[in-house]
Amino acid sequence: MFDIERWQEIFDTIRKNKLRTFLTGISVASGIFILVILLGFGQGMRNGIEQEFEQDAATSVWVWPGVTSKEYRGMNPGRRIQLTNENFNNSVALFNETIEYNSPRIFVRNVTVNYGKESLVYSIQGVASNFQFIENAKMIDGRFINYQDEMSTAKVAIVGKKIRTDVFNEVETPIGEYIDISGIPFKIIGVYKEYEDREEERIYIPISTAQKVFNGGDRVNNMSFTLPAVENFDQAVAQAVDFKDNLKTYLQQVHTVAPDDTSAVEVWSAMEEAKRYYSLTGNIKLFFWFVGVCTIIAGVVGVSNIMLIVVKERTREIGIRKALGAKPWSIIGMILHEAIFVTAISGFGGLIFSMALLEVVGPHIEIDYVVNPSVNFTVAFTTVIVLVIAGTLAGFFPAWRAARVHTIEALKDE
Amino acid sequence: MIEIKDLHKSYKMGSNSLHVLKGINFSVEEGELVAIMGSSGSGKSTLLNILGMLDGSDSGEYYLDGVPIKDLSEKKAAQYRNKFLGFVFQSFNLINYKSALENVALPLYYQKVGRRERQDKALNYLDRVGLKEWATHLPSELSGGQKQRVAIARAMAAEPKVLLADEPTGALDSKTSYEVMDLIQKINDDGNTILVVTHEKDIAHMCKRIVHLRDGVIVEDTKIEQVRAQEYV
Repeated sequence: MFDIERWQEIFDTIRKNKLRTFLTGISVASGIFILVILLGFGQGMRNGIEQEFEQDAATSVWVWPGVTSKEYRGMNPGRRIQLTNENFNNSVALFNETIEYNSPRIFVRNVTVNYGKESLVYSIQGVASNFQFIENAKMIDGRFINYQDEMSTAKVAIVGKKIRTDVFNEVETPIGEYIDISGIPFKIIGVYKEYEDREEERIYIPISTAQKVFNGGDRVNNMSFTLPAVENFDQAVAQAVDFKDNLKTYLQQVHTVAPDDTSAVEVWSAMEEAKRYYSLTGNIKLFFWFVGVCTIIAGVVGVSNIMLIVVKERTREIGIRKALGAKPWSIIGMILHEAIFVTAISGFGGLIFSMALLEVVGPHIEIDYVVNPSVNFTVAFTTVIVLVIAGTLAGFFPAWRAARVHTIEALKDE
Repeated sequence: MIEIKDLHKSYKMGSNSLHVLKGINFSVEEGELVAIMGSSGSGKSTLLNILGMLDGSDSGEYYLDGVPIKDLSEKKAAQYRNKFLGFVFQSFNLINYKSALENVALPLYYQKVGRRERQDKALNYLDRVGLKEWATHLPSELSGGQKQRVAIARAMAAEPKVLLADEPTGALDSKTSYEVMDLIQKINDDGNTILVVTHEKDIAHMCKRIVHLRDGVIVEDTKIEQVRAQEYV
């Protein structure tokens, strides 16, 4: 392997058979290139779908009250269901074991919001401290509402990043600034970030404050929960469905709603939705692997073909070399040495080129459900090794046979 | 230099067996220039292949420079070929992507001679066949006669004990043939042992001894007065 004479001989051969080398190289490099790009996009789609779900915690369950549609125990249909603190607290107490985070939410309506002389048209929502985890809001400045704020009905507010950009562009940070909600000053203590601008156009205040200051009483507009993560996805779905059903039953009983009334209390579970997407991503992943493996097989076949042709083409040369005193293993070694060298160089060439492409272009790709396509280096590297080994094996048998061919026969080969 | 006793060779063709060499007894001294003649099918090429260790014999003895040649492994045969023998073929058998110089240097590569020394030696031998200026040319850029001279230089570069030429002039016109024979005679003049297989009478008469083969046996073996090819060039 480290025989300098052999290397010189190989380089001579490569230099003087540019087309052959080029074709071998291209087939290997393009195989790797296609594989890496495919795997990259597969990963990109997974990233994209995962990101969709990062908007809210994957295990979140939401309760939205509605209007009854069925007569039940003497109650007329068309009755609006109003959730209360009591409903919420009882739910938490009842399902304490299965809940990870919980938060009620109230929409503060009919208020005017001002910052200095500017009038703001963002929705005000009263939430509990845990709401941050349920909504998956990422704090980029300051902090979220905490338990202390809730207890003391603090007049504090959290704004979204978009609000910071739109309204607080003249100050270095909105933290410490005051906004005026129906005449009451609220101090801004945090800025959060979401995946969608729409969800950044909210101002959060403690729910206790919202209820006391803005006449909310003990009303709650909706309730949200997250369930603890479990290892198995199917378990997670089962857990979510279970919780959803129990919660719904409880709320229906409390509000005297017919068990089969679908519109009075709606409970929505992200996990159930996720299941659809997850099976989709699973299939996509499977598909990309299938295509990838086919590409590798095609690459291996291509390399094998070229090796066969190369050896066939060199039969006469092999005969000449043998007549001049080349030993069989020196012939095999020469052919394999060249094959390994060319496939390895072009394989890594294709790898580096495609990975560089993904690296440079990847982050700028803006297609729905494709986010930052990238590829696992180990996987790609392994593929190159597999191709090189396959090329070597594919080259070995014809080389071995060629070395065994009778010298006279080889010399007669046209 | 070469000693052959009762050499037999047959080829199996399906169920038939073709007996090609039927007991050849033959010896060549150092410095001889021997022509092996015979019509096609007489077994002359088979004999040359056995002498060249490109093929094995069924029975009989073969000594090359005192070394018994029998049941060689491929590896051993390759070593002996490299050490003892130089080949010249009818179809030249130059490697087409290598320059004249590199072709001549190739047997030295298999002798594990260093690159620099290889090139010097190869150039020296190219000079001796009068093709020094063509050293960097590819075989495709050379005429038939030039190709054969390169092939002869290549065969000589390994400094073999015996030079085996299989119809060296078979693909050449007569003028070029004489040039090549002139070169072979000169190499022989330097003391090299050479065997030439040919079916052309005039070529055979430019050697010092003619061995006639017919149907796998030697029918005639005579020393002759050598005709110098120089006279025809």
